[in-house]
Amino acid sequence: MKGTTFSAKDVTHIAALANIPVTAQEEQKLADGFNTTLHVVDQLSAVNVDGVEPTSQVTGLENVFRKDEVDGTRMLSQEEALRNAPRTHNGFFVVDQVLEQKS
Amino acid sequence: MVSWLHECLDYMKLNTLTLTETIAKLRHKEITLSDLYTDIHDEIAEKNGILNAYLALDDEAVRKAEAVKELPLAGIPVAVKDNFLVPGLPTTASSKVLDGFMPPYESTVTERLHKNGAIVVGKTNMDAWAHGSSTETSDYGPTKNPRNLLYLPGGSSGGSAAAVAADLCIAAIGSETAGSVRQPAAWCGCVGLKPTYGRVSRWGVVAMGSSLDSPGPLGKTVTDCAVLLNVIAGRDPYDATTSDRPVQDFVRGISRGVKGMRIGMCYVDHPKLHSTPVDHAVREAADVFRKLGAAVDVVRLSENGAPNTIVTPDYAIGVYTVVQRSEVSSNLARYDGIRFGHPRSAFGEEAKRRIMLGTFTLSRGYADRYYIRAQQVRSLYIRNFRKLFDQYDILISPTSPGYALEHGASAKSPMFGELEDMLLEPSSISGLPGISVPCHRDISTGLYLGLNIVADQWQEEKILQAAYAYEQATEWNAWAKR
Repeated sequence: MKGTTFSAKDVTHIAALANIPVTAQEEQKLADGFNTTLHVVDQLSAVNVDGVEPTSQVTGLENVFRKDEVDGTRMLSQEEALRNAPRTHNGFFVVDQVLEQKS
Repeated sequence: MVSWLHECLDYMKLNTLTLTETIAKLRHKEITLSDLYTDIHDEIAEKNGILNAYLALDDEAVRKAEAVKELPLAGIPVAVKDNFLVPGLPTTASSKVLDGFMPPYESTVTERLHKNGAIVVGKTNMDAWAHGSSTETSDYGPTKNPRNLLYLPGGSSGGSAAAVAADLCIAAIGSETAGSVRQPAAWCGCVGLKPTYGRVSRWGVVAMGSSLDSPGPLGKTVTDCAVLLNVIAGRDPYDATTSDRPVQDFVRGISRGVKGMRIGMCYVDHPKLHSTPVDHAVREAADVFRKLGAAVDVVRLSENGAPNTIVTPDYAIGVYTVVQRSEVSSNLARYDGIRFGHPRSAFGEEAKRRIMLGTFTLSRGYADRYYIRAQQVRSLYIRNFRKLFDQYDILISPTSPGYALEHGASAKSPMFGELEDMLLEPSSISGLPGISVPCHRDISTGLYLGLNIVADQWQEEKILQAAYAYEQATEWNAWAKR
């Protein structure tokens, strides 16, 4: 398995996917860091994992259900929910416009 | 007579008490809460400006403490890492993204502390979002190691470890993804316990790696950690990954000793550790356990986990890096600066790096190669530990490859934390409980080394028992020796 090499252009793409603003100066430094990290990670390709199931939950729990009902003790009031918001209007969060109006 | 008494009390400042001592002295009315809090706050006023262990303090702490009646931890001042939500105090996880955030609900861990009478005296500094092992990546400045100010306290729970080591609190709470409780405890010379994944609720803790995150206590002694674990452990309906296994009393059996215990000594033959101070310290610890009646074998390193070997920790670095960064990218996607907090441009360098690499390892075309493969190798580590625990009750190893490093060290590698915690990652990715206890002190620097004791899932009592026996039999923990 060949190692991946990151370029500044790849960083721009990933930054867009992750919604992280990255400056032109940061791009090359990030790319170099990713290459260093992936070089270490690529050592995993030497491990034989044929027939090995992946583990994402280590204590063996599966499908933990709860009743589908409202739990009042962990409900926030509208006021509490809005208290930390930088912009509110009439009891709602304010977000930037994402759709352009047809002229 | 009165002035003589006063001198004695001055000599024994109450902030230097252990949790167990404080509980007993308050109960027997040998000390008052008012004197206890005066000493704590005087010490904080004198040292926090230099150490930067606390980011926020509760000015009402004494009043709240005096209002508590007849509870197990009544009035006990506890420091809590800044990724736990505690209403009334800001929660930032040491990131400017959350600057000024006032949590509207409470973490289960601190709720249980409060229900048992404890008081959160303040929120402690950490690597921003818990992304690191130095506390240097905090957006609010680094914490200093109270044993030697030129050195790092470790991290990410560096503020909690420093607050314990410098007696700025009676005990503290931290959280560990892979090393974030045990490594700062080792570097600061105190005790840190990472419980089994799912033993302690993650509800109300700023998430990092959701399949790994384990809140845990940092204390002055092993017993102090057991006392706190008793309070915070157990099923929480708000965290579906917590276990409904009954929680035993972790203090009760702590002094049972290690006679007849089968102990495996691990990683001392790793090429990076050969003839280093941690190698010597752990071999000496093995001799201590032998003298106490345990059977200690060296478990040799291997590539594949052949019988009676332990898989090299080298691959765990890769597994942990991929799993953690993937989970970080998912968890930190929710910080949009709309409902609370600041825009994503406020993320610091380390968080950006982790979010972006995790986005990449989960992206189409790469997830199989990175994320799935890492989870497969994770299974191999779990299998290997399962076999080892058929043979051994506990495994011992160094907590960290060496002493605390100097300030500035974390900026030298994009994988600083992952490399410093390489000896803890195998147990963390397997969800095992572990405890770090002081096992050596360098006379010239004043810095400590930690002994890491690990057991199978849900076997916290075994590691507490062994750690307690070791603490009692050696001279490394001054709090335990008076």
